[in-house]
Amino acid sequence: MTRLPPRACRPRPSVPVRTTRPPVRGRTTRPPVRYRIITASLLTIAALYFLVPVYWLTVSATKNSADLFGTFGFWFSDDPRPVGHLVDVLTYDHGVYVRWFGNSLLYAGIGAVCATLLSAAAGYALAKFPFRGREAVFNVVLAGVLIPGTALALPLYFLFSAMGLANTYWAVLIPSVVSPFGVYLCRIYAAAAVPDSLLEAARIDGAGEARIFGGLGLRLMTPALVTVFLFQFVHIWNNYFLPLVMLSDSSLYPIQLGLTSWTGYADRQPVLYQFTVGGAFLSVVPLMVLMTGLQRYWRTGLTEGSVKA
Amino acid sequence: MSRDTLSRPAPAARQRPRRASRTEARNARAAACFVLPFFALFGLCFLAPIGYAVHQSLRRTERTGPLGLGGQEHDVFAGLANYAHALADDRFLTGFGRVLLFGAVQIPLMIVLATALALLLESASARGVTFFRSAFFLPYGVPGVIASILWGFLYVPGISPLVKIADVAGWDVDFLARGTVLWSIANIVTWQFTGYTMLVLIAQLKSVPEELYEAARIDGANAWQVARHVKLPLIRPALVLTTVFSIIGTLQLFAEPMVLRPLASSIDSGFTPNLHAYSEAFVGNNQHVAAAEAVLLALVACVLSFGFLRLVGRRGEDRG
Repeated sequence: MTRLPPRACRPRPSVPVRTTRPPVRGRTTRPPVRYRIITASLLTIAALYFLVPVYWLTVSATKNSADLFGTFGFWFSDDPRPVGHLVDVLTYDHGVYVRWFGNSLLYAGIGAVCATLLSAAAGYALAKFPFRGREAVFNVVLAGVLIPGTALALPLYFLFSAMGLANTYWAVLIPSVVSPFGVYLCRIYAAAAVPDSLLEAARIDGAGEARIFGGLGLRLMTPALVTVFLFQFVHIWNNYFLPLVMLSDSSLYPIQLGLTSWTGYADRQPVLYQFTVGGAFLSVVPLMVLMTGLQRYWRTGLTEGSVKA
Repeated sequence: MSRDTLSRPAPAARQRPRRASRTEARNARAAACFVLPFFALFGLCFLAPIGYAVHQSLRRTERTGPLGLGGQEHDVFAGLANYAHALADDRFLTGFGRVLLFGAVQIPLMIVLATALALLLESASARGVTFFRSAFFLPYGVPGVIASILWGFLYVPGISPLVKIADVAGWDVDFLARGTVLWSIANIVTWQFTGYTMLVLIAQLKSVPEELYEAARIDGANAWQVARHVKLPLIRPALVLTTVFSIIGTLQLFAEPMVLRPLASSIDSGFTPNLHAYSEAFVGNNQHVAAAEAVLLALVACVLSFGFLRLVGRRGEDRG
C-alpha cells in the first residue's frame, strides 16, 4: 500500500511496468518445491503446538467429570454433551459464572473506553500543543510504560485500602483507565495524522479547542484509538494480580479470579474440574474470535509502537 | 521545530512578540485541560503508589501493649530494616535467581522461535499465511490464568493425554517435578507470547519497502541470505523492544506458578519474587516487608530493562 503513491506519480514509462515485472515476480514467488515443503512442514508443526491445547479444551468441554479423567483427552467420549455441560456451568451456584463474566465485561469495557479517551486527549495535547516541559511530561509517561504492573499492584492495594477503596468496583476500574502506552501511541499517531494546518483553519473559523479535538482530532485518530481500546481491553481482561489483591468479595470477581476460586475447591467438589474446563472454554472462545478477527489493528498498533520508537 | 512555527497564526508575523506569547499562554491552557485528566489518574495509580510503597518500606509496626500483644499499633521509622530483612531472606533471593534463570532461557528461546516463524511466514515459500498467522497469534487471546489452568490439566497425570501418550511410548515424564516445573511454566509463557512477538516482528518486516528485498534477490542472494543479511538487521528495533517487554514480564511472573501451585508441591510461596511479596502481604501479614520487596522488584526490572537498552544501543553505535 505504501508503495502505491510514488509509483502512481511516476511518469508512465513507454514499456508498461507489468511486462518488466513478471520475470522477477516469477522467480521470487515460486521457489523450489523443496523449500516450499520444508516451510509448510515447519509451519504445520508450529501450528500444532499452538492449537492442540485449544483443541483439548474444546473436546474436554463436552465431557462430564468421570470422562474427563477416564477417557483419552484428545478424543471425544462416547456421550459428548457440549450444550448440556455448558448450561450447567452457567447455572451453577445461582449463575455466579454469568456474574463474573459480566464483571469482566464491565471492567474491561468501561476501563478500555475511558482509557482510550484519556489517552487520546493527553496524546493529542502532547503532539499538538508546544508547551514548556512537554518532553519532561512525555518522559514520565514513557517511564510508566516500563514499570512492571504487578510491582505496582501491591503498593496500589496498600494505598487504596488506606483510602477505603479496596474491595470495590473502583479498585479495579480506576487503575484500568490509565494507559501510558495509550498516551504514547496516541501522541505518535496524532503527530503524524492530524495536520496543523487543519487545526489552524478550524481555529480561524472560530472553533473552540474542545470542539476541534472532538470533531477533528478524534476522527483523524480513529485507527489509533481502536488499537488503544483493543490493547487495553485485552490487558484488563487478562489482568489477574490486581483483582486478586484488591477484591475479597467473590461477587466482584472477574472471570479469571472466579475460575481459579473453583479450581481451589475442586479437591473437595470434583465436579468443579468439569466446570472449570467448561468455564475456561466459554471465556476463551469469544476473545479468541475477536482477536484473530481484529489482527489488522494489532499490527497497526505494533508498527506505530515499535518501529517509530 | 517547524511544528512550533506552523502552529502560530499567519498574521502573527506583524506583531510577533505579543501574539506569540498570547498563543503560548493559550496553548498551555488548552494543553493543561487535555492532559490533566490523564495525569491526575496517572499520579494516583503510578506515582502515588510508588511513593507510598517507598514510605511504607521504610517503616515498621510497633505494638505498645505488654509482650507486644493488644494495645495500640503504630508505625515507626525503620530505616532500611525491611530491605535488609528482604535481602537476608533466602527464599526471596532464590526466587529472584529462579526468574533470572527462567528469563535467560525462555526469552532467547521465544525470540528465536518468533523470529523463525515471522521469517518463514514472510518468505515467498509460505502458503496459507493468514491461517498460520492467526493460529500462532491465537494463544495471546488466552489470559495467563486460563492458559495455566489449561496447561495444568495437560501436565497432571490422570487427566493429561500427553502423560498418557508418553506412558504408552515408555517414557516416564513428570511435568510438575521439582526440576522440571520451571520449564513447564516456561512452556506456558512461550506458548502464549510467541505469536505476539512474531506479530511485532512481522509488523516491522512489512514496514520495509519490498524493493529492498527484490534488490537483494536480483543481486543473487538466496532466501537464507536475504533473511540473515537484510531482514534480521532491519527488525533489530522490534527485537530490542520485545526483549525489554519480555524481561519486564518475566520478573512479574505470578499467575502461572500461582495457578499451578495446588497441582505441584514443588512450587512454594517463594517460587518467584512476586509470589513471595504477595504471601508476605496477605499470608504473613507483613505489609512493610512486602512494600520493600515490591520496590526492589520494580528497581531490578528498571535496571535490567535500561541496562539491556544501553547494551544494545552501544553495540549499535560501534557497528556504525
